[in-house]
Amino acid sequence: MSDLLNCKDTALGYEGNTVVSGLDFRISEGSYLCILGENGSGKSTLIKALLGLNKPISGTIERLGDIKVGDIGYLPQQTAIQRDFPASVREIVMSGCLPKCGLRPFYTKEEKKLAESTMSRLGVTELANRCYRELSGGQQQRVLLARALCAAQKVLLLDEPVTGLDPKAQLDLYELISELNTSGVTIIMVSHDFAAATKYASHILHIGAHHQLFFGTTADYLASDVGKLFAERDFPEKEGTVNSNG
Amino acid sequence: MGDLAAKLQLYFSYPFVWYALIVGLLIALCSSLLGVTLVLKRFSYIGDGLSHVAFGAMAVAGLVGLTNDMYIVLPITVISAILLLRTGQNAKINGDAAIAMISVGALAVGYMLMNVFPSSANVTGDVCTTLFGSTSILTLKEADVIVCIIMSVIVIAAFLLFYHKIFAVTFDENFMRAAGVKANIYNLIIAIITALIIVLAMNLVGSLLISALIIFPALSAMRVFKSFKSVVVCSACVSVFCAGVGIFTSIMAGTPVGSTIVVTDILVFFIFCIVSLFTRRRSQ
Repeated sequence: MSDLLNCKDTALGYEGNTVVSGLDFRISEGSYLCILGENGSGKSTLIKALLGLNKPISGTIERLGDIKVGDIGYLPQQTAIQRDFPASVREIVMSGCLPKCGLRPFYTKEEKKLAESTMSRLGVTELANRCYRELSGGQQQRVLLARALCAAQKVLLLDEPVTGLDPKAQLDLYELISELNTSGVTIIMVSHDFAAATKYASHILHIGAHHQLFFGTTADYLASDVGKLFAERDFPEKEGTVNSNG
Repeated sequence: MGDLAAKLQLYFSYPFVWYALIVGLLIALCSSLLGVTLVLKRFSYIGDGLSHVAFGAMAVAGLVGLTNDMYIVLPITVISAILLLRTGQNAKINGDAAIAMISVGALAVGYMLMNVFPSSANVTGDVCTTLFGSTSILTLKEADVIVCIIMSVIVIAAFLLFYHKIFAVTFDENFMRAAGVKANIYNLIIAIITALIIVLAMNLVGSLLISALIIFPALSAMRVFKSFKSVVVCSACVSVFCAGVGIFTSIMAGTPVGSTIVVTDILVFFIFCIVSLFTRRRSQ
């Protein structure tokens, strides 16, 4: 397993204000990294930096192998605009191929095929002509996942993908992401969900107030002081279960 | 009925009626194309705001004494459109507040200039004409029609060429940015096309009613259709149809062109609302 991204003593922020510092982690091919942290701990700044949308204040984020800016498929949080947007599922999934177009105004046959095969991979083919705003939250996330996969096949970055979904849809989405990971897609997921993170992820990056608290494998995390503290605070009654899982 | 036909025949023997029809239909088509995008981007009022800017610019042009005020109106409107739409989803001042500021400001400055330095004796009449475009569409010259055709072709070609990009950037700017698409450039293109359409449309319906031309066909289409492409196609058809009906009615009944077109748009909107009630009930 070779490394895709390598963060060395990185500090991130805006206009000279440091939001989060001391980031030191690597993401290897085929891994499933979960980034845990409170609101305001700099998760969204880290997302932008990983996507290549802003530069670190100090330190480096190395992209190794053939990973360039734009090679990470992104599942952003939903915006208000999307909730009443008249667009068919096919149109949205196709738009994932747009970065490949450059200045070309129309999609090629290969790109249309890619969109169709990605839709069937994520089980949304029968929704292709449905209107996006009429779908359930879980179906909408599947559609956006398909779009992200059209844009980039190797790495996906998911920003709190289960927010607002009911428990069943959350479970389905976690299983789907896990399947994608098994089939070779590297997953980077930002989450609040301690239980799901420790259940599915292979690696955990925990960001505290403005600095990194932990990076390592999930098993190490559960054995670490930070992991134990977090588990006790979030799930005091389930402490035993979490430990036995780890 | 024979009376009506004879009257129509008489009117269509005048070239200015043909000019009005050509220009009217083209402007209706162009303004409906971006309507969907603007409504979805929460920029429904940009037509109003920019047309007030164009009104202010016209006042300045009158003051300077330019014979063709397009030279001042077009650049100022394009720059305002860019400033308004530039920031896209991540604006610091919300879209509506920015539009309100620019719109009210330009209107006040324009009206002030017209009053302090009146270019003709009838200031109120001038303001009324600029705002409501009451008769200007019937006074078009051949050169105006040619300018309008050229600008419409540019707008339609740009829209077709950038159709997929406009869709993608409207739907999810952040995703496109992350995927390496230059979202800013496409926002800029949307802004420039919007400004072109508004300057064009001022001739037809005047400053105040441009918003109606932009938003009504889009809102009507969004009631019934479910994909972006069908919504755009439908709103273009609705807009051209309403403009045609509006122009004919205004010729026959002697009503003001701009407001007749908008009233037709409103009627069609209600028809689409009723249709959507039925289709929704059936799909449930």
